[in-house]
Amino acid sequence: MDQFTVNLIFVGASFALYIGIAIWARAGSTSDFYAAGRGVHPVTNGMATAADWMSAASFISMAGLIAFTGYDNSTFLMGWTGGYVLLALLLAPYLRKFGKFTVSEFIGDRFYSQTARMVAVICLIVASTTYVIGQMTGVGVAFGRFLEVDNTTGLLIGACVVFAYAVFGGMKGVTYTQVAQYCVLIMAYTIPAIFISLQLTGNPIPALGLFGEHQASGEPLLAKLDQIVTELGFNAYTAHHGDTLNMVLFTLSLMIGTAGLPHVIMRFFTVPRVADARWSAGWTLVFIALLYLTAPAVGAMARLNITELMWPNGTNGEAVSVEQIANAPEYDWMATWEQTGLLGWEDKNGDGRIQYYNDADADMQQVAAERGWEGNELTNFNRDILVLANPEIANLPGWVIGLVAAGGLAAALSTAAGLLLAISSAVSHDLIKGAINPGISEKGELMSARVAMAVAIAVATYLGLNPPGFAAQTVALAFGIAAASIFPALMMGIFSTRINNSGAVAGMLAGLLVTVIYIFLHKGWFFIPDTNTFTDADPLLGPIKSTSFGAVGAMINFITAYVVAGMTKEPPEEIQDMVESIRVPRGAGAAAADH
Amino acid sequence: MRKESKDAAYWKANIRLIGISLVIWALVSFGFGILLRPMLSGIAVGGTDLGFWFAQQGSILVFLALIFFYAWRMNKLDAQHGVNEE
Repeated sequence: MDQFTVNLIFVGASFALYIGIAIWARAGSTSDFYAAGRGVHPVTNGMATAADWMSAASFISMAGLIAFTGYDNSTFLMGWTGGYVLLALLLAPYLRKFGKFTVSEFIGDRFYSQTARMVAVICLIVASTTYVIGQMTGVGVAFGRFLEVDNTTGLLIGACVVFAYAVFGGMKGVTYTQVAQYCVLIMAYTIPAIFISLQLTGNPIPALGLFGEHQASGEPLLAKLDQIVTELGFNAYTAHHGDTLNMVLFTLSLMIGTAGLPHVIMRFFTVPRVADARWSAGWTLVFIALLYLTAPAVGAMARLNITELMWPNGTNGEAVSVEQIANAPEYDWMATWEQTGLLGWEDKNGDGRIQYYNDADADMQQVAAERGWEGNELTNFNRDILVLANPEIANLPGWVIGLVAAGGLAAALSTAAGLLLAISSAVSHDLIKGAINPGISEKGELMSARVAMAVAIAVATYLGLNPPGFAAQTVALAFGIAAASIFPALMMGIFSTRINNSGAVAGMLAGLLVTVIYIFLHKGWFFIPDTNTFTDADPLLGPIKSTSFGAVGAMINFITAYVVAGMTKEPPEEIQDMVESIRVPRGAGAAAADH
Repeated sequence: MRKESKDAAYWKANIRLIGISLVIWALVSFGFGILLRPMLSGIAVGGTDLGFWFAQQGSILVFLALIFFYAWRMNKLDAQHGVNEE
């Protein structure tokens, strides 16, 4: 059986499983949909939330970014897990006590202002749309490989599937479907990692293998990796190269952004009790950590495997020959991925070999001149293909490759569909029904939801063709936007009784606008390529890249809110009482739907 | 009035606990993982140093411990101050 058929079987079987569970556990009404989290054990809820949250960025993209950069990209690991501490300590229990279902409802009620609610809705739409662009990048990679077509065709087909998936209910809110998705996703991620860890270090736990011994050389794995990549002129894997301030701000942006993303926060509104909201955040992180502790091992081990494949005789020997790549079975993956247009090589000096090295490094340029090399010949290695290509690179059995394809699609599709649902309900329910046309019929509301979804996916697909970065980088921008706009408003709403409507609105607008403008200046206006004035290689403000700006935007939000609130009237008595009451768990009834 | 002052004491204890937890949160990630990494470079861990371990794994494990510690401690505080549900 060829690999294409195996992939088809795995992807088909996993989708049949999700649909089967969705039908079996069919929620009858809207309130059932919202209450899906209630009566569910915190462990189950944590698993479902983890599946909901881990997207193409975590699954497909992140390990590749770590693999090719090393230590400096640890920011993704710390940032996307550290946010759960903020969520558990600063937001989840209080939002549960508040007892409504959406973030914009909380902001509207706490700041007793329809304007505040609308501004929050706009922040959510901007952050979610950016998030979908990143997901579409991942969808394009996964479909391109899975259907063995080029990336653009893969993206267009993927967009149709995502749209269909979202329109037909998205299978969202059905907790047990998400539990199944989590199981597929985590198996798809860890099984190849276990195989590779066993091959390289003999340790079945990848997280431990990373710090273990490289069996072929008898040296520690990371020391071996540092050695071979520096011999090729690349930065040492474990060393710190980038700017420290930027690294801190980037990590902080991801952390605050995690705690400000509506589709994660929503999960904590519906747990049975305040105490469960605290536990749930912990369980969610347990299930996320299973992937996040494995990811750095996947990255490092893949980098080692790729480098050794390109230099089968050692970095001082001869490079891999074009003939080997064409004929030897362990290089089959290169031909498969070349079809997607995301991997490329070229024998520039015509010596029949492919030299992979850092041609920007001065020492290597000298070596290259001596040995007759004319530049790095592994000309294209898209970071987003690494996780999906990893089992093929390590020459693992066909069923593992099929499993990874199923996992990658589950991660990208479920999150993309969930975000599209969030965008469409924000537009139709909050914006159109809530503000523009309150008298709209139910049919009209549904229609506007569909239109909003179609527009969002068209925009995301168009921008996904020329994405502002690799999947995880685009998603990081979305986190920056959420960090600068939503999180400060929520936190001040709980921890300060003094912040009033004007302060919150001014803070959110200032944080959102400054951050979005900073991002557009570096990534192009509305992410349209070539409309940028600056680049992240040489940012406007010193070392602060656009991906790291969310933390600065959050500070601007806090400061603006405090200054404006200080100059205007303090919130009415009943609002201050409400803030006092959400701080204590006592009397938290069931969450009430405002529908 | 008595109930309010009791709630105030509960909130104060909560803020204190959040403060301590966030100091640890920042110390393991921004501290050991990034800013203080040069200071920890003498401590070897599997082919690299302790700071690298904190940046890629250690901080995540500490985050987990922190959330469960906070949940456990707060549930006890709720009961002590009589502000728990039920």
